[in-house]
Amino acid sequence: MSFYGLVDGTDASLKRYLDALPGVDQVGADARAAMLATRSIKTTSKRWAIDTAISMVDLTTLEGADTVGKVQALCAKAVRPDPTDLTIPSVGAVCVYNDMVATARTHLDSIGGHHVGVAAVSTAFPSGRASMAVKIQDTQDALNAGASEIDMVIDRGAFLSGQYIDVFNEIVEIKELCGDRAHLKVIFETGELVTYDNVRKASFLAMAAGADFIKTSTGKVAPAATAPVVLVMLEAVRDFYSMTKTRIGVKPAGGIRNTKDAIKQLVLVNETAGPEWLTPSLFRIGASALLNDLLMQRMKMDDGYYASPAYVTID
Amino acid sequence: MSFDYAPAPESRAVVSIKPKYGHFIAGKFVAGSKHFPTINPATEEVLSHIALAGKAEVDAAVKAARKAYTTTWSKMSGKERGKYLFRVARIMQERAREFAVLETLDNGKPIRESRDVDVPLAAAHFFYHAGWADKLEFAGLGTSTKPHGVAGQIIPWNFPLLMLAWKVAPALAAGNTVVLKPAESTSLTALLFAEVCQQAELPAGVVNIVTGDGSTGALIVNHPGIDKIAFTGSTEVGKIIARAVAPTHKSVTLELGGKAANIIFEDAAIDEAVEGIVNGIFFNQGHVCCAGSRLILQESVADEVLEKLKSRMAKIRVGDPMDKNTDVGAINSKEQLIKITELTAAGDAEGAQRWSAPCELPTKGFWFAPTIFTGVTQAHRIAREEIFGPVLSVLTFRTPQEAIDKANNTPFGLSAGVWSEKGSRILWATQQLRAGVVWANTFNKFDPTSPFGGYKESGWGREGGRHGLSAYLKGVGHE
Repeated sequence: MSFYGLVDGTDASLKRYLDALPGVDQVGADARAAMLATRSIKTTSKRWAIDTAISMVDLTTLEGADTVGKVQALCAKAVRPDPTDLTIPSVGAVCVYNDMVATARTHLDSIGGHHVGVAAVSTAFPSGRASMAVKIQDTQDALNAGASEIDMVIDRGAFLSGQYIDVFNEIVEIKELCGDRAHLKVIFETGELVTYDNVRKASFLAMAAGADFIKTSTGKVAPAATAPVVLVMLEAVRDFYSMTKTRIGVKPAGGIRNTKDAIKQLVLVNETAGPEWLTPSLFRIGASALLNDLLMQRMKMDDGYYASPAYVTID
Repeated sequence: MSFDYAPAPESRAVVSIKPKYGHFIAGKFVAGSKHFPTINPATEEVLSHIALAGKAEVDAAVKAARKAYTTTWSKMSGKERGKYLFRVARIMQERAREFAVLETLDNGKPIRESRDVDVPLAAAHFFYHAGWADKLEFAGLGTSTKPHGVAGQIIPWNFPLLMLAWKVAPALAAGNTVVLKPAESTSLTALLFAEVCQQAELPAGVVNIVTGDGSTGALIVNHPGIDKIAFTGSTEVGKIIARAVAPTHKSVTLELGGKAANIIFEDAAIDEAVEGIVNGIFFNQGHVCCAGSRLILQESVADEVLEKLKSRMAKIRVGDPMDKNTDVGAINSKEQLIKITELTAAGDAEGAQRWSAPCELPTKGFWFAPTIFTGVTQAHRIAREEIFGPVLSVLTFRTPQEAIDKANNTPFGLSAGVWSEKGSRILWATQQLRAGVVWANTFNKFDPTSPFGGYKESGWGREGGRHGLSAYLKGVGHE
């Protein structure tokens, strides 16, 4: 592996690479994110943003109570978010545990959803507390079942104790396993990394190790995808692009529940990484409840009033 | 389609602008004799006609202020004065949208700034000083203090309502009455504030507002019935005022020009520093006396910072100030645009390299694209003179001491900024900088509790905080 020529795979080179990163001033990052949250997105822009956001949703169910029935319903919703309006785009992917991957893939294919990806959470999601052998098997299972995207968690314990090389090596191994079969999203669980300096460090670490996407959170820990955290990650992919000419995607997940929040995310993308990132191949939003709010707001733009929630399906 | 934000204009229906205004004297609006037009600098539309106060009007205003001082305001308890100030503050909040829209129409600044900065801060100044009104014995001037009497206050056009608040709130809290003159190009929010005074049932004559140009200002400065002069504006006019009041009994505070250094050390948080540079010089179109107009960059990070700055500047949204997504609005007047154009031409002539953000400027109104000059040295006019526009001069340094020497090498001393992730470096640098306000890892942050004012030719005295309040008080025995 060449790691973009940024590191040579040794602990020392990784340390040098990470130590050279400038710090993040928390107050300044918070202020910038808050300023961008004041952007007023109306009329044609809002309509465009809603449809773009729908196409970026990774429609997610990650519950112990997930069943085949539940996952099939999710798939139907993913392909045709509103069965009465086929101009609405499908979502980017469905996101499930690895034992549900085959169910999801088969069902999506059977209902004309070949274009919708299946993302599997992996590497002992959500805690990441397992042996490497287990993490590899976990990922292998998902790939064998037809996952086109792997959402792996990093070992936050290793990261917080400064064992960056361990985190790096895990990502490298999982990336090798994914090969050309699946896109790799690396989940930081920013709520556990806590500082923006750590978020930036994790971003650059994961990108050099081969991540295709960097993702904020599992959705199991709060706070999750806060605006300043996403801002810092978008700055990281922007700077990584200027260093390597490779565009890495960003996926906020957790806490984005309504259209307003989703549009704020798109504004962050537009004014930080740039409009090139406003595509499902470079920006995804991990969510479940969000999709229905996007649909409600879309109906409101068409009809001029808020419909009863009974008009959107609850799957 | 791409993510071009559709126009999101704030409605101007919330304000009603009269075709013609008079003065506010002794609690009443009185007709003016001569008038001049006030325009919206973004469209050149004539908004209204403003009265030009002459000797008779200024005399009447001073007389009303004196009467109110002697008969009412100086006799009232601090607690009662505080109630009036709280009431004014609350009404300003209630009418915040009206103030914001009017300020943007008259001044050209973006609605986002008038809505999120000017108006809330103006109200905050009244709230803060309302709290002081009954605690003046703790202002550090001994247990027995007195107001000066009648304060003459002259304010600039860059933050019309906020500068009014900086002047009127402490004066009233301390027990003075005021005669205030707004800048000739931006009188409308002061006249709306006069309505607020009526609504708050402030006793007649406590606040008097006369409009006009420099000639009206001169009448106030030279009026024998005034005890204290407070002025915010150019250093040139500040010097004239200082000379005028020198042989008189008047107290004076001056808040004048600046040419602030914004120093970026190599260990700064670069992305936030870039935001700080943008906020330092492009906030309010650079019409800010404390603007970070000289960027002093450590050479080891200069290229990286400039590259990021340019790509950030390319995203600045310049245009209709009433659009909620506008970042940089219109230059306040044709005269100011001519001054900016002239000084930037001097930058070209002296060999600095100009780069402007690639933005489309409206055809009507007064506009200047956000601009930086690189290759600037201390010997350039654009490194020495206040441009008062969206123009940044970039200088570099090799050692921390060199940064400080360059920062201090100016007749001004209003503000400065320091960017570093190293605490000891920030503490060291802030001790060396000869500026009244030094921001660390931020810029252009204001708060009523924080004193603001200049060293050297940037002014006399402070505004805000206990220090600012003390400018409107004197210890008994110091008359």
